[in-house]
Amino acid sequence: MADYNPTELMACVASRVLEDGSSVFVGTGLPIIAVMLAQRLHAPNLLILFEAGGIGPRIPTIPISVGDSRTFHKAVMAASMDYVMSCAQLGFVDYGFLGAAQIDMYGNLNTTVIGDYAHPRVRLPGSGGGNDVGSLCWRNIILMRHDKRRFSERLDFVTTPGYLTGPGARERAGLPADTGPHRVITQLCVLGFHPESKRMTLVSTHPGVTVEEVVGNTGFELIIPDAVPTTDPPTAEELRLLREGIDPTGIVIGK
Amino acid sequence: MISKGEGELLGWMDPDEARLWMRDHKSRVQQDKRMPLSEAVRRFTRDGDYFALGGFGHIRVSMAAIYEMIRQGRRKLAMAAKTAVHDVDVLIGGGVVDKIECAYSFGHELRGLSAAGRRAVEGGAVRVVGEISNAGFQWRFKAAAMGLPFIPSRIMLGTDTLRKSSARVMEDPFTGKPLCLLPACYPDFVFMHVHRCDMHGNAQIDGITIEDRELALAAKRLILTTEEVVDHEEIRDDPDRTVVPFYLVDAVCEVPYGSHPGNMPRLYYSDEEHLAEWLSLTRTEEGVQEYLDKYIHSVEDFSEYIEIVGGEEKMEHLRRLEALEVPLEAPWARR
Repeated sequence: MADYNPTELMACVASRVLEDGSSVFVGTGLPIIAVMLAQRLHAPNLLILFEAGGIGPRIPTIPISVGDSRTFHKAVMAASMDYVMSCAQLGFVDYGFLGAAQIDMYGNLNTTVIGDYAHPRVRLPGSGGGNDVGSLCWRNIILMRHDKRRFSERLDFVTTPGYLTGPGARERAGLPADTGPHRVITQLCVLGFHPESKRMTLVSTHPGVTVEEVVGNTGFELIIPDAVPTTDPPTAEELRLLREGIDPTGIVIGK
Repeated sequence: MISKGEGELLGWMDPDEARLWMRDHKSRVQQDKRMPLSEAVRRFTRDGDYFALGGFGHIRVSMAAIYEMIRQGRRKLAMAAKTAVHDVDVLIGGGVVDKIECAYSFGHELRGLSAAGRRAVEGGAVRVVGEISNAGFQWRFKAAAMGLPFIPSRIMLGTDTLRKSSARVMEDPFTGKPLCLLPACYPDFVFMHVHRCDMHGNAQIDGITIEDRELALAAKRLILTTEEVVDHEEIRDDPDRTVVPFYLVDAVCEVPYGSHPGNMPRLYYSDEEHLAEWLSLTRTEEGVQEYLDKYIHSVEDFSEYIEIVGGEEKMEHLRRLEALEVPLEAPWARR
């Protein structure tokens, strides 16, 4: 069995979700690793957009900030936030990447506070572009750690919309139709959302992880299908590209 | 109206009031607006003002202006924290900012969380009076830049981000669907760091412009810090590149490397060694004071600061990093 860490597996799984010829809105960290991997393997025509204005760059090395010069290196356009966010609102962006400190069964996300809003136990950064990505991209991919505290029955704060309170709630709130979270990728498993109920559903467990382990680390009821496949582990080629080409110093995948 | 956010409405004006401001306070005459940064901070910033900074995150932010505000002891400023990272952290550490409208703060992106900012907000020394998203801020400035009271959008709907913002929700008369109305935002002052401008303030930015086209129009007072002041004819030779025309600008301050330790696209990359020193020192309040004494209070101005952070040799290294000639070493990422 190949030797890899959970972050490397998450990067590989996320990259496989992205089809060639689609467009993706990217932040810093693991999402960049995933898109760089996808471009080197099955999706050379993946169109990357950064919120600060970089469109279609050839990313030379991992950007440290979502607006740094690597995000528009040999890009097709060095635009503005207004331009990129307008593109997303207009329907040009197929996938968005999100992370969170808390998630609920409808894929709603908290990145604002833990505890009471007025007297926070932990103050987190806030929405940033998260709410915009969660509101405007067609399908969202959420990358986060899986444990009972983070996968929570009730969020302390809804920063970014998932399916809100269930089927039809996004549209009733005025969000663009037919949008919402698509995949949640954790160190334990891959999750999706039930087409009717919009509730979080187990898609596959990572090698060596049991369904019971996933359930035990989730603070709400998951939909578990009768047969749950195992996530394909990273291939030797994926690992080579990650370690030698994309993140040789382990800035992201070493974490 | 369907609903109304509870967040404090900062920087809003009736569009007719905004028109009067722009008529009465912004000169249509091309004149020499060059002055030292210390004078610009003295003249155009007041305690209690609501302000924003050009650039984004660790990119093209006027750090020179931030240090000068700290040096002059500005207090009780409210900040439009539109993806504010190192800037808001240093301003909070320096005692300048005590109120924030927050799109993104208290984090240093890949580098981790900001100890100084988080201590202040969790301890109550700094208050977050409103939440918003990045596009939310961008479009608040766009509404202002268009001379409109608000701009409709399809973000924040259905979330607590909207509930704690200053936005409102109304039914769209065309589709009947709910829309998020973002109020115009006219900051009292804005510092914007640019690649080059002439003495009148005709300014050019290389690479992404982020929110700066709109923010420059929305600013009640706009102070440019610039890598270099160039001849007026150089602007006229290449007007396609002008992002900010002179009549928006109140002052021009020439401050080479003014974005350090942040990235200035095409010129120098971020100084990860210096940022790591900040992140490490600010784990304690004593460390914050040590940083402020060393890099701000005990130096006369920004050029002296550049000398103590490594001078031309350091800047040459950052230039080579930006040009991808040397690999990045990030001390905060060492395992």
